[in-house]
Amino acid sequence: MEWRWDFTWEIMPKMLAATGNTLIAAGLGYAIAIVVGLMLALAQRTPYRPVTLMVREFVEFIRSTPLVLQIFFVYYVGPQFGINLSPWVAGMIAIGLHYSAYLSEVYRGGIESVPAGQWEACRSISLSTRDTYFRIIIPQALPPSVAGMGNYLVGIFKDTPMLSVIGVAELMHAANAIGGQHYRYLEPYTIVGVVFLLISLPSAGLIRAFETWVRRKLGMT
Amino acid sequence: MSYPEFLAVHGGRYLDGIQVTAVQFLMAAALAIVISLIMGLGKLSSNRLLRWPAVAYIEFFRGTSLLVQLFWLFYVLPLFGITFDKYVTGFLALGLNLGAYGAELVRGGIQAVPRGQWEAAYSLSMSPAKRMWRIILPQALLNMLPPWGNLIIELLKGTALVALIAVPDVMFEARQINGSTFLSAQAFGTALIIYYIFARLLVTPFMRWLERVMSRKLGRA
Repeated sequence: MEWRWDFTWEIMPKMLAATGNTLIAAGLGYAIAIVVGLMLALAQRTPYRPVTLMVREFVEFIRSTPLVLQIFFVYYVGPQFGINLSPWVAGMIAIGLHYSAYLSEVYRGGIESVPAGQWEACRSISLSTRDTYFRIIIPQALPPSVAGMGNYLVGIFKDTPMLSVIGVAELMHAANAIGGQHYRYLEPYTIVGVVFLLISLPSAGLIRAFETWVRRKLGMT
Repeated sequence: MSYPEFLAVHGGRYLDGIQVTAVQFLMAAALAIVISLIMGLGKLSSNRLLRWPAVAYIEFFRGTSLLVQLFWLFYVLPLFGITFDKYVTGFLALGLNLGAYGAELVRGGIQAVPRGQWEAAYSLSMSPAKRMWRIILPQALLNMLPPWGNLIIELLKGTALVALIAVPDVMFEARQINGSTFLSAQAFGTALIIYYIFARLLVTPFMRWLERVMSRKLGRA
C-alpha cells in the first residue's frame, strides 16, 4: 500500500472542514460541562444529605460507564418516548454531561482547597450563601482547578471521535465516509491521527501558560 | 414487554457479552501494565536511546484518540500485510493507549520515592537492577496505586469501543438487541448498569484491597 499524495490533497478540504466541526463539538460540549459541572459540584454541598448522596452516585455512575454507550443511550432513548434529538443535540448532551461529571470533581477539589478561615470570615461578616460562593470561595477555588479543567478540555477534544457513531459530521465521521467511498483508509485515518497530534500536543503547553496567567491575575503567585 | 421479561429473553446475550468484555479488559490491563513499566522506566533513563523512544511513544499515544488508534490498527495495518484477529486488535489498541497514560503514572510514582531511598540502596552497594526491583518499585507502586485505580476504570470504559470493530462485547450485544427490538432504554440501560456494577463492585474494591495489602507489606498500614 502506497501513500498517495494526490488523494491526500483531494480529501484535505473535506478533512479540514470536519476538523472545524470537531473543534465546535469539543467547544460546545465543554461549555455545557463547565456550567453543569459547577451545578453538580455545588449540589453536593447542600445541607440535604439525600441530595448530596444522589448527586454523588450520579457522578460516579457517569464516570464509570463508557461515553460511547451514553451517546447511544441519549440518542436512541429519546425517540422511544417521542422526543427526537438530532445527532448534534444528543451528542452534545451526552459528551457535555459526561465531562460535567469529571469537571464537578475538579471543582470539588478546588472548593475543598479553600482554607476554612475564608468560610469563617464570610460567616462573621454575615455574607449571604450566594455571595460567599460567588464572591469569595469560587474565585479562590478556580486557580487550583485550572490545570484539571485544561486536561479535560484536551480530553473532551480527544473523545469527540466517538460522536461519529451517531453520525455527527466530525473528523472521524468524515474519515469513515471517505474511506468507505474510495476504499482507501490509509490516508483519511492517518490524517485524523496527525490532526489530533497537532492540536493536542501544543494545548498542554498553552494550558500551563494559562494557569500561570490566572494565578497572576488573581494575585496568587 | 416488562423489564423482567426483557431480561429473561435477552439476558443470555448480555452474559456472553460480559465474558468478552472481561477478557478484553484483563488482556488490555496486562498489556497496559507491561508497557507502562517499560515506557515509564525508559522515560526516566539517562540513556537518550532509551529515553527518546519512550517520550515519543507516550506523546504519540496520549496525543491521538483511542478510537483513532483502534481504527488505524483495524483498517490500515492490514493494508501493510499485518493482520490481527479483531479480538487481538481490540485489546492491543486499548493496552497500547492506556499503557502510555500508565507510563506517566509509573514515572511520577518513581520520582516521588524519596532521594534517601536511592542513596541508601547505593550505599549498601546493591546492583541498579536490584535497587529498582527491591527498593524503588515497591514504594513507587504504593504511590501510584490510587491514580492507577482511575486509569483501570478508564480502561474498562475503553473496552466498549471494541464493539465498533465488531467484537461482541456488552456494548455490541446492546446495539444488536436495540436493533432487533427497538427497546433502546432497556437495551442500553442494561449495558450501562452492567458497566457500572463491573466498575463499582469489582474493579474499585479490588484496587482498594490492593492498596491495603501493599501498604501492609511495606509496613505503612
